[in-house]
Amino acid sequence: MGEVTPWWGLFAVPALLVAFALSAVVCDAALSARDAGRPITMGMPVRPLLEVPRLLVAQSRRLPASDVPLWRIGVITVPVAAVLAVLVVPVGNTAVADLAVGVVWFNAMEVLTWAGLWLAGWGPNAVFSLIGGYRFLAQGLAYELPLMFALMTPAIGAESLRVGDIVAAQGRLWFVVWMPLAFVVYLAGVLAFSFFGCFAYPTGRDIAGGLLGEASGADRLLLSAGRWLLLAAGSAMAVPLFLGGGSGPVLPAWTWSVIKTLAVLALLVWVRRRLPLIRADRYVEFAWVVVLPLSILQAFVPALVVLNSR
Amino acid sequence: MALVVVASFWVLGVLALVSGGLVFRFTSMARATIALLTSLICVGGEVVLLGLPYLGVVTILMMVMEMAIMAVFMIAYMMNPAGLTPMSMLHNKGGSLAVSGTVFVALAAGIFLVPWPRRAGSPPPDTTFQVGESLMGAQMLTMIVLGFALLATIVGAIVLSTRRGRYDRFGDDLDRRPPRDPAGGGVGR
Repeated sequence: MGEVTPWWGLFAVPALLVAFALSAVVCDAALSARDAGRPITMGMPVRPLLEVPRLLVAQSRRLPASDVPLWRIGVITVPVAAVLAVLVVPVGNTAVADLAVGVVWFNAMEVLTWAGLWLAGWGPNAVFSLIGGYRFLAQGLAYELPLMFALMTPAIGAESLRVGDIVAAQGRLWFVVWMPLAFVVYLAGVLAFSFFGCFAYPTGRDIAGGLLGEASGADRLLLSAGRWLLLAAGSAMAVPLFLGGGSGPVLPAWTWSVIKTLAVLALLVWVRRRLPLIRADRYVEFAWVVVLPLSILQAFVPALVVLNSR
Repeated sequence: MALVVVASFWVLGVLALVSGGLVFRFTSMARATIALLTSLICVGGEVVLLGLPYLGVVTILMMVMEMAIMAVFMIAYMMNPAGLTPMSMLHNKGGSLAVSGTVFVALAAGIFLVPWPRRAGSPPPDTTFQVGESLMGAQMLTMIVLGFALLATIVGAIVLSTRRGRYDRFGDDLDRRPPRDPAGGGVGR
């Protein structure tokens, strides 16, 4: 457990992450075609990908007195954070870096989006995009603590912050079985840090797209891609944390990692169309009054189990 | 490997100093905040290089969150609420220059004057465990007291700063249902 990939892992893992994100985009397009009653043809799910060349050649919109350096830093941070976060996620038994503090690393890289998205909102010098940035921070204050406890729970159960050890500790029983609440809170956190689905409030229609409103061309591509990459990164991390990593019958370990990641990703994409948008001000109270105490109680369970087994 | 560590130590150190200095060159609160954040992230990297990966990564994690929130508050409390008019980060130039210069000279002199002990033994295999043990073992009482003090401070500050109390929301006899709450919440109140 916990082998390190050779140097090409540094390129293979981001490529795999992009592949996961693309499959999520395709899945989402197919679902939206089905919901709209359009026939699902071969070309239909690929249509959103045509945006990529269009955005690459599109003329960038520039607003007066925009803070271009900060805007660029913010936009680039979002996809970069997603890629950095998955460096500790093992595919099968090998990860690019099996850090001793892997869980904290993942958390820290995911938190980089706080700064990134706020800057992406600040940079254009436009009201609605700035409101989008503020909304993300307001939402972040509510989702981050439950998410941290949800990340902590499997680490307590495995008595280690190393992702490899967490996978190894699930030899007999997957953590999702006796930490279901942490799993649900974690998945909600993934939706929230990807500002996706019911947590897409920072890009709300009521503020004309908010964070994405003023972004055009490559900026827009990086922001929207970063969003899907974050979603894929969160799904990939759910597998070693709660779903036993690469363990499974017959097939090699890496196949199970990929299959489980795709399953979580599909679940999140499906959930997106089933839940309404949550306003941050309503979510804040719910998060602090209900979700946070519950996730602390959930973290208490493995703590007692671990103490009891000593 | 050692060369890479030494090189990163210097690169991060110079970056931390330069971005720290840039805080006082920028006239925009957003830029100053991000420069400060860059500096603190570099410091977190230095802590990792010193063999304390947990403390280093946590420093980065906390500082990113903190600086993002701080940017919002700093801009909100600036003289012009939009925060778009350039302003200087320099206040009390003479005094602060004297204080910072003295502190710098004292610290730098300390590096050379202190009789540093020779390293005895080797670093522990898992410094994260060591940090946890010393915080939760010998310093447990300190941590508990600190935790309560911090929580009490937060709750106290909110109680003092908010205009609304429970009597405003629930009425003089605390029996108004539903409460008169100007901000609707997510749990049906």
